[in-house]
Amino acid sequence: MNVLKKCEIIGKVILSWVQIAHDFLLLAGQTLYWIVIGPFKKKPVKAPAVFEQMVFMGIKSVVIVFFVTFFTGVVLAMQSAHQLKQMGAVIYVASLVSISICRELGPVLTALVIAGRIGAAITAEIGSMKVNEQLEALDTMGINPVRFLVVPKLIALFFMLPCLTVIGDLSGMMGGYLVGVHNLNINSHLYVQTAFKFLTLKDIYTGLSKSLIFALIIALVGAYQGIHTKGGAVGVGKATTISVVTSFIMIIVADCIVTGIYYFQNM
Amino acid sequence: MTQMNADRKIAISVKNLEKYFEGRKVLDGVTLDIYQGETFVIMGGTGCGKSTLLRHMSGAIQPDSGQVVFYDKDLTKISEEEHEQIKRRFGMSFQSSALLDYLTVEENVALPLLEHTDLDPKIINIIVTMKLSLVGMQGYEHLMPSMLSGGMKKRVGLARAIAMDPEVVFYDEPTAGLDPVVCAVVDKLILDLSKKLLLTSVVVTHNMESVFRIADRVAMLHEGRVLEVGPPEQIKNSSNAIVQQFINGDLVGPINIMEKNRREILN
Repeated sequence: MNVLKKCEIIGKVILSWVQIAHDFLLLAGQTLYWIVIGPFKKKPVKAPAVFEQMVFMGIKSVVIVFFVTFFTGVVLAMQSAHQLKQMGAVIYVASLVSISICRELGPVLTALVIAGRIGAAITAEIGSMKVNEQLEALDTMGINPVRFLVVPKLIALFFMLPCLTVIGDLSGMMGGYLVGVHNLNINSHLYVQTAFKFLTLKDIYTGLSKSLIFALIIALVGAYQGIHTKGGAVGVGKATTISVVTSFIMIIVADCIVTGIYYFQNM
Repeated sequence: MTQMNADRKIAISVKNLEKYFEGRKVLDGVTLDIYQGETFVIMGGTGCGKSTLLRHMSGAIQPDSGQVVFYDKDLTKISEEEHEQIKRRFGMSFQSSALLDYLTVEENVALPLLEHTDLDPKIINIIVTMKLSLVGMQGYEHLMPSMLSGGMKKRVGLARAIAMDPEVVFYDEPTAGLDPVVCAVVDKLILDLSKKLLLTSVVVTHNMESVFRIADRVAMLHEGRVLEVGPPEQIKNSSNAIVQQFINGDLVGPINIMEKNRREILN
């Protein structure tokens, strides 16, 4: 009997996970459907709605992305300088900072910051609309909530996250430059030259390709949690927390997978 | 009355509707006919399934079994596209008004027109002003929903519900949370709109004054079943003990809330 009970619990957990995966993929499919098929059904995405989201997600996030990546660049330069000094290779701080920021830290940190700022906002907005019957009102008016709310957000983030990542890359390198030139006394010209000497175009697009995947994760997880919000204000708070935590985990896992793909390709 | 009804066209016909939520039977074989042009009130206690029934009629949710027929279309069997088309012939006023809180009053009313028609913005403006004046809310176009009182929100919600000139308007608890005078205003508005726009109105409420003020016919719903359907006088003089207890608000009678709650907790 006890074993049966345990089996039942395990079965229920597995079924709930299958249901979540099904609903999430359904949302992703619906979003793709409205982006691709929408224009043919005379239901194109409204450009002003996308631009409005671009301003909110992109331009208003520049400052926070700058600060996070700039100081990461500073810390990275200081930490690596300590080790490289012992080998007399302090000049390589420049390339170490630029490569690790462009390949890894820039895209990931920017995505994490945006997951916290924008992913949470998407869930809170859609979630409070859900508990206040606004999603149902849209549906009753014959306005598909996924087309009306999710699609503009996803398109906006898909374009803005790579842009923010570029800003993050540059500000991270600026942080490294500041330490290199003013603290380690590396010649400014030499620092810049070394920073870009080992940096290949592949490093940049590896990072940017990651940020495209991260954008999809943040927007879809945020929207999924918002649409499936239950209860009142507490439900919205809970959904927002789950949204940010899930996005964080999925970003790190996706980063590992994409890095793995590039890594094994080069072997 | 039966003779009179036989001459009238049935707008919505609900047949043997059943719905379960998490194993609990919410609707238990509901069968109803709503005639074109009438104001039909569904009354019943909290949690008796009346809002669920309304949502089935508006097409927001699908039943587990049974049919909802709108003229000759079975809403449970038609394609999604057909459903979208039919939804445009419906209007819905929500208990919480469900106005989009980031849009102004004017933008809220204009939303279905902008989404479903190719009308010139100037024409849309004229329609919006007209609809707002029908509900006595002209002059409030540029206010945000958060700046309006409960009664005003309800009226704007009503203006939005009639924006697309629907044939049927569903009202979910239109007078809940309003003071008696505002209740009377909203009731008068429902009657006026029905007469002026030749609407079929389906109202869900547990406000007895409203029921007898606006109804052409009333259905009493109890524990997911229809107990009685008829004109207000018939319901008022009903011999059914449950109906009488509900109308008079008696503490003692066949409706035992405490016992029901106890049973639900035990289950």
